[in-house]
Amino acid sequence: MTVTVRLQTAPFDLTTEVAALTNARTDIGAVVTFTGLVRDLNDGAGVSALTLETYPAMAERQLTEIAAEAAARWPLLGGTVIHRHGTLAPGDGIVLVAVASAHRHAAFEAAAFLMDWLKTKAPFWKREDAGWVAAKVEDAAAAERWTV
Amino acid sequence: MQLLYFAWVRERIGLDEETLAPPQGVATVGALLDWLRAQSPGHAAALADRSVLRVAVDQTFADDTTPVSDGAEVAIFPPVTGG
Repeated sequence: MTVTVRLQTAPFDLTTEVAALTNARTDIGAVVTFTGLVRDLNDGAGVSALTLETYPAMAERQLTEIAAEAAARWPLLGGTVIHRHGTLAPGDGIVLVAVASAHRHAAFEAAAFLMDWLKTKAPFWKREDAGWVAAKVEDAAAAERWTV
Repeated sequence: MQLLYFAWVRERIGLDEETLAPPQGVATVGALLDWLRAQSPGHAAALADRSVLRVAVDQTFADDTTPVSDGAEVAIFPPVTGG
């Protein structure tokens, strides 16, 4: 079982990605998806555009490692992680995590794990109108809870 | 050695990448950061506060004791904020 990782500037489509995971399969009992969107307000400041900078080679590598870790920890039957970069507008999708498993608990947990680790380990940086977004302590704490 | 800079580190240094040849005594990330700070006022300003910098050597997170060699790709950037 592999979790597919993609780094792209183009938008993604949730329905298409879920269909790709479940297509022609009858062993999957649960698909959990998470979609991260650009908000028009962050820390009280208006946001008209968000620029996501990345270090592509390291991002691919980190996302692949995080995906492999999820596949090692939970009995997954498939998964997709897509992270966009470039200039995005409020309402646009930034990140998609979709995880398929036989049962819901593995899928819920793996999706949460993927997001928590991605947020602290994958090299992306957000810039809003007001400047670079600062890293949040809560995100580091959220990633810590999955440490064995 | 290939140096890559991202986000506000890139902006403060004024470069997204550069190729440098640190002297032989510069063998770790910590020593490299010290040496880089002396390269220009921009480098000094961008790299002043170690606590807000993250470093990757050959695309893997590193700390101040991680060895760096001539052929390494060393990236310096702020804590990540994706997702």
